[in-house]
Amino acid sequence: MNALLKQLTEVNGVSGDEKAVRLLLRDLIKDHVDDYWADAVGNLIALKKGTGESDLRVMVDAHMDEIGLVVKSDGSDGTLEFDKLGGIDNRTLSGKVVHIGKDKIPGVIGLKPVHQSSIRERSAVPSDLRIDIGANKKEEINGKVKISDHVAFVSSYTELGPTAIGKAFDDRAGCAAIVELLRGERYPFDLYAAFTVQEETGMAGALVASYRVKPDVAVVLECTPAYDLPNEKDVSANTKLGAGPCIYVMDNRTMHDPRLVKHVMESAEKHHIPFQIRQPGGGGTNAGKIQQAHIAVPVVTVGLPGRHAHTPNGMISLDDYKNYVKLADAALRELTRDTITRNS
Amino acid sequence: MEALTKKLVEAFGPCGFEDEVRDLIREEVAPYADEIEVDQMGNLYALKRGDGSGLKVAIAAHMDEIGLIATHITEEGFVRFTNLGFIIPHTLMGARVRFADGTLGVVSRDKARFVADMDKMPGVDQHFIDVGASSRDNCPVKIGTPGVIWQTMEVQGSRWIARCHDDRIGCVIGVEALKRLAETPHDVYFVFTVQEEVGTRGAATAANRIEPDVAIAVDVTPASDVIEGFPMQMKLGDGPGIKIKDMGMIAHQGLARLMQRRAEEAGIPYQPEVLLVGSTDARAMQIAGPGSAAGAISIPNRYTHTTSEVVDAADVENSVRLLVEILSKPIAL
Repeated sequence: MNALLKQLTEVNGVSGDEKAVRLLLRDLIKDHVDDYWADAVGNLIALKKGTGESDLRVMVDAHMDEIGLVVKSDGSDGTLEFDKLGGIDNRTLSGKVVHIGKDKIPGVIGLKPVHQSSIRERSAVPSDLRIDIGANKKEEINGKVKISDHVAFVSSYTELGPTAIGKAFDDRAGCAAIVELLRGERYPFDLYAAFTVQEETGMAGALVASYRVKPDVAVVLECTPAYDLPNEKDVSANTKLGAGPCIYVMDNRTMHDPRLVKHVMESAEKHHIPFQIRQPGGGGTNAGKIQQAHIAVPVVTVGLPGRHAHTPNGMISLDDYKNYVKLADAALRELTRDTITRNS
Repeated sequence: MEALTKKLVEAFGPCGFEDEVRDLIREEVAPYADEIEVDQMGNLYALKRGDGSGLKVAIAAHMDEIGLIATHITEEGFVRFTNLGFIIPHTLMGARVRFADGTLGVVSRDKARFVADMDKMPGVDQHFIDVGASSRDNCPVKIGTPGVIWQTMEVQGSRWIARCHDDRIGCVIGVEALKRLAETPHDVYFVFTVQEEVGTRGAATAANRIEPDVAIAVDVTPASDVIEGFPMQMKLGDGPGIKIKDMGMIAHQGLARLMQRRAEEAGIPYQPEVLLVGSTDARAMQIAGPGSAAGAISIPNRYTHTTSEVVDAADVENSVRLLVEILSKPIAL
């Protein structure tokens, strides 16, 4: 059992409410870094000093927040209206168990029973869903649920042979990988680890972290949607489970630095680490904000393929995860000033 | 300028892959600039120093052009792709593509029935590129390879026809203004930016770096003087547009007035520009860092974002003259 992944994915940290994740990460890294602090928006930044061989200033980013919900009614009838934080498909919501607020008041997202619904209703995307906290329970919880409480999905980390199921691999897998990097040997350069907030709601944390750290190079570690289920059409998967970590070239937010893309690919080849190119197209990572927060920062994103993204039960390959950490480590260790020096 | 335009519009430079264009521009500006720099995103800066009495001015033209990037190779060896910047799907059928490695291709679309489907406009994702491969294995293009729609430049009378006046013509105007600018009170940064077509990304970081007092983008604007054209007043050959507003910004009023005054003083024709769609690098430079007084010189361009954009040589010449007029005199806002 990967204890790090279990711990990090089972803690709750919906966008804007990342404190529990930050405290856990602080405890996981504090004996392995030279300094750490929380900034004004709640990012956890840690500095692992280098050996002094290189004067580069490198930032590695993973976001702490996960998708979730926020309460927007007072529950006077025992049910709660909610809004979504981050991109969530309504079709994935009904029947899911959630924890509300810091007291983790349990609830379930309800829907009209199949027995009472029409065929038309059953095939439509549900709207006006509510969280049911139990009408009778209203008195018992006695004001412990309030408007603006964050709501996290409940899901336990489970390993199924070569894969694992759980919530929030996006992006606790990236956080776990950074913890492993920080626990390793020193890098030739000063490494700033940025565990950032509010990626799922617009990448606010990464913008601030990049502006403050002002790195020469940034590497973003993400969990990237895999869509590789059986399909009759001749199409490529966005990424494929089990085919190794993915490297980004282009998405909606970022043209990833071609020199860094090449550098990461070469590190993978050199160390015989399997990798795939993430299909160019939609989506986005913190890389875009980091690149443009101040003066131009060369960026690249390395992703761990994850199926069923943005649902309470994602799936990753544990081999991919190992290779993901290995590739991030190798690519960082082999990074030099030459990697980002332009010939023209 | 015609020769430089031809050189630049026939260079490869989709968003994020502007190296070839930058190398060409760098060669042109090097003898005239006091300092040259390239930043980490690939923006090229050519600084012309002033006499110390003026402002810090940024003139931005973007080097990137709209392009495409391979997303999938089919079993038969056809290339699927997505757009870099805004491609109008109507322009794709039958267009030629040049990939970064020089591979040429031709675009067609799924279920092409010609006459029977003339009223349909499938999205970019329903098109494919034929590069002459017969299988996925022998296809020279890989997932992630960038490309552009390919066309050479032609000249007919005063009209220059090319695939990416947007915004190589702005680059040409920037280069030529630098060459003609003998003396200036201002420190003028001619910035040749990257990644404009995917959201003015290069200009944002360039302005963060320079922190200019005044920022002027030089970019194309759709000419509307065609049959049931765009609902705006912008005529090919009637002079450069001076930006009042577009979808992304309201130009600094004082700067727009000053630009108009300089045009009038020098007898340069101009057209006030109110653009209903799109924006320019000025949008990003206006609000980057501590902010700047921002405006734009807009070159009337017919058929923007198609494979054959058309500008008029007189508009190009007048844009250069206007820019030199603005830069060689004091700017009081």
